[in-house]
Formats: sequence, C-alpha cells, structure tokens
Amino acid sequence: MGILEIKNLSLSLSGNDILHNISLEFTEGHIHAIIGPNGAGKSTLAFTVMGLEGYKNFEGDILLDGRSIKNMPVDGRAKAGITLGWQEPARYEGLSVKEFMRASAKDKSDKAIKEALIKVALDPAVYLKRAVDKTLSGGERKKVELASILVMMPRVVMLDEPDSGIDVASLKNIFETIRLLKKGGSTVILITHSLTVLDEAEDAFLICHGRLVEKGSGRKMRHYFKGRCLPCNHQNEPGETEGE
Amino acid sequence: MNNLDAERLYKTAGIEEALNDPQTAHLTISHDKVVSSRSLPGLEVIAKEIKDGVDIKIVLNEGIVIKNPVHMCFGMLKKEGIQRILLDIDIKRKAAISVLAHCIFPDAVKVQHIMDGKIKVGEGASYLYFEKHIHAETGGVEVYPKARVFLSDKARFKTEFELLKGRVGKIFIDYETTCLKESVMEMTARISGRGDDIINIKESGLLEGEGSRGVLTSRVAVRENARAEVFNKLIATAPYARGHVDCKEIVQDKATASAVPIVEVKNPKAHITHEAAIGSVDSKQLQTLMSRGLSEEEAVETIIKGLLS
Repeated sequence: MGILEIKNLSLSLSGNDILHNISLEFTEGHIHAIIGPNGAGKSTLAFTVMGLEGYKNFEGDILLDGRSIKNMPVDGRAKAGITLGWQEPARYEGLSVKEFMRASAKDKSDKAIKEALIKVALDPAVYLKRAVDKTLSGGERKKVELASILVMMPRVVMLDEPDSGIDVASLKNIFETIRLLKKGGSTVILITHSLTVLDEAEDAFLICHGRLVEKGSGRKMRHYFKGRCLPCNHQNEPGETEGE
Repeated sequence: MNNLDAERLYKTAGIEEALNDPQTAHLTISHDKVVSSRSLPGLEVIAKEIKDGVDIKIVLNEGIVIKNPVHMCFGMLKKEGIQRILLDIDIKRKAAISVLAHCIFPDAVKVQHIMDGKIKVGEGASYLYFEKHIHAETGGVEVYPKARVFLSDKARFKTEFELLKGRVGKIFIDYETTCLKESVMEMTARISGRGDDIINIKESGLLEGEGSRGVLTSRVAVRENARAEVFNKLIATAPYARGHVDCKEIVQDKATASAVPIVEVKNPKAHITHEAAIGSVDSKQLQTLMSRGLSEEEAVETIIKGLLS
C-alpha cells in the first residue's frame, strides 16, 4: 500500500472530461514525477488531490494511508500531511516572508524559519522582512514557496512545475531542496513536462489527455517521454503507438 | 485630567519611553486640556485651549531638521463629549519633521473627535505625518479628520492614517493636497471596520506643478455589517506630473464597500493611473494558506492583516 493512492479518478470541468479513470500509487519517501505535455491534466490532478475549490466533484477516490480523504477540506488534507507548491505562487501584499512561512511552520521559531531560507539559498537578513508581493522575482517567490513547505515538513508534497521561471543557478537550489524534502521523510510528487526535472524522480507516471499512458522508473520514463512524447504531434490525444 | 489619566493615554499608545526622552518633542492633549508638551530649538508650538478642544499652531523654522519623530497624543478618556483639534502647521523652507500622532478613545460611548488641519510645507521642506487611532470596542466614536495641505516647490508630504484597533464607529476622512513644482505627496489610509461601522474616505490631490507627483492609497477591510466608501481624486494640470490612485477593499459577511476613483489629466504631458480591487479575499491566496494547514478563518485573517499592515 502506498502512502497516497489515487483510485479510478475521473473529473469533468465545465462539461469537459479532463481526467479519465486515473489510478496511481505513490511510495512513501520516494520522489515521483507526473509527466506529460501541457494540457495533459497534471495540474488538475494535483489540485484534485489537494481538494481545491472547483476540483472536489470527481469520481473515484483518493486515499492517504489507506483512508479516503475525498470529503476532507483543503486545510484538513494539509493537516493530514499533504501540501502543494504552486507553479505560480500567490503573492500577498504586506505579508512578510517571515509571517508567510510562520503560518505553515511546525516549528515557528525564528531559527527554524531562517534555516529553511538558507536551505533555499535566500539570505534571511535580506528576505525575512520583505513582503511576499510583486516585488519578489518569480524565482525568489518560488524559493520562498519551497522554504514555506520545508518548515511545514509535509508527508506528501506536490510541486507543480518546480523549474518554471527559475534560472539555471537557482534550479540547482530547487533540486537540492527537493532532495532535502525526501531526506526529511517527505514523499515528493513533481508535476512536470521537463526532462531535467524528471531526472530527479525515482518513479514516474506519464499522463496524456487526462489518461495514464505509462508508468515506470524515472529512467524508463525519460526514455519513453523523450523518444515518443516529445516528437509526438497528437497534441494530447494519445494514439495506439504511444502505449505500445 | 490628572497624571494617572495621562499615564493611561501614554500606556495605551505605547509611547511612554519617547515622552521621557529630552531629545523628543511632544504634545499631549486630553479632551480640551494640554497635559504636557516639550519643544525643541527651532520648533515653535503654541497650544491654546478652546471650548471642547485645543487650537494648535506649529511652526518649524527654516532649515531646521528634527531628527526624532515628534509625538502627538490626542485622547479622551470620558465616555461622552466632543474633542475639537484645530491644527495650523507651517513647515518653513528646507525644514524637515516627522510626527507620530496617537488618537485614543478607549472608553468612548458617544465621542466626537474633530480634527481640522491647515498644513503648509515650504520649498524643499519635508513633513511626514503618521496618525494611529485606538478606539473602544463599543463603536461609539465619530471621527472627522480634515486637512488642507499646500506643498511648495520640491516639498514632500507623506501621511498615513491607521485605524485597526477597536471599532471604527464612524469615520469621515477629508484630505486635500495641492502640489507645486516637483513636490511629492503620498496619502495612505488603512482601516478595518466591523459591526455597523461606517468608513468614508475622501482624498484628493491637485498636481498643478510641473513634475509634481502624487499617490493616493486606500486599504480597507470590512466585515459583519460595516460599510465603506472611498472617493479618491487626482487631477494633473501640469506637464510631467505623475500620479497613481490605488484602492483595495476586502469585503466579508454582509459588509459593503465601494470605490470611486476620479482621475483627470489636463495636460498632454501628464500621466495618472488608477487601480481598484474590491471583494472577497483572493481565492489563490486563500487556498495556498489553507493548503499549508490554516483554516479558512485563519487564512482570511492572515491575508487581511497583511493588506492592512
């Protein structure tokens, strides 16, 4: 039994079928990837697991430690240990980095918050008092998001496109943070269409047009994705050849 | 008024230490009495007690720069009454001063606080004014802050009005600033209302000097049955004048809010922008905090606290 199981999940939004009978199982303490082209339904799946507004009415089930969380609100799922790092994190006027991180921290001490900032390569002397607003660059905001997840110490963390808006140097910090999360016992789920991010994963699931197409080790899925998906012109419509 | 009352005002405002500092000027008024004051060389303060209030004339002489913020404390410990403060402030050329004003009405059941200010900031001078209100939880305060501000060439005026502690009651802010050449004006109001509070903000700026700049900012949160109306008006008549109006109001429960930004440009080389956002808290902000384990109520509080900080 995996720490998190998605069972026969189907979801429609505004009359459109987005996810089709998806079943995935995530091993505790592993780094997983959900890979697929843009529009495949990867983020939608993550939002559904998190229980966000608008993503609650689905068929199937989501289990954490074998128990259904289908009827749990977002904060209930977070308290149970699941969280989400957003592709484009929200910005908050007037809310300092310190306050933002403290809101989610298990250990709310200044020491713990500073340590988490250092781990994502942000200097606490510079960033603690800065607002989590539009004055932060995309990369800075992304690092603050990761730092806030580090202090939360979640059991399962889904990171939606963790490399988007990140420069090459910062990407190294992001990957180091992902490994730190694993080292700390978190199960990490990377939502991505990037081979570079996929390389961080031990296991991966390939989703296309809302359907699970293939699953396997990170290496196997890299080969599959690079060889079959990147050259594919099906535009999120998997053909028979892709599943072969 | 006795010393114990004064001490209570200072303690509520949290300014006891500053008032004991001989290098810090201050003026404390309780209802219609001047309780204590300290001036500094170059800073003239004349406070005359009038019916239900005090008439204050402040002059900062040319070139004088007051390093420590000047503390003003206007309070009323009675449950009922009127406090009228007439302020005439004249900041002379190249002088600079900042003022921290605390307006404290901790026991008010039916209190009116009326502030009528005339402020002149001379050429190249700077006047920064931060006004913080602390009200009773009863909602029995009516506040009427009014100011007419005139900025000479290259003058700077910045004001922040904050009412976050206790119930608002009713507040009617009415500030007008006229800006001459290359002067800079920033006016900000941050108010949190609940119960049946009424918030009415009227701020306007006239950018009539070449290269003058102005920003009007309003941050309001209303919940329960509170009502907020914000009227921001910025007019630019001179070349290279620049201005921005920025209003954000968060509405919860059965509260209502409105914003009426008026921007007017009467010179093709001037430029004014405005933005307004009214409504519930942003869904993505809310769900992010909830995905970190905060309840909806805690998440809303955190977002509002940030907006009003």
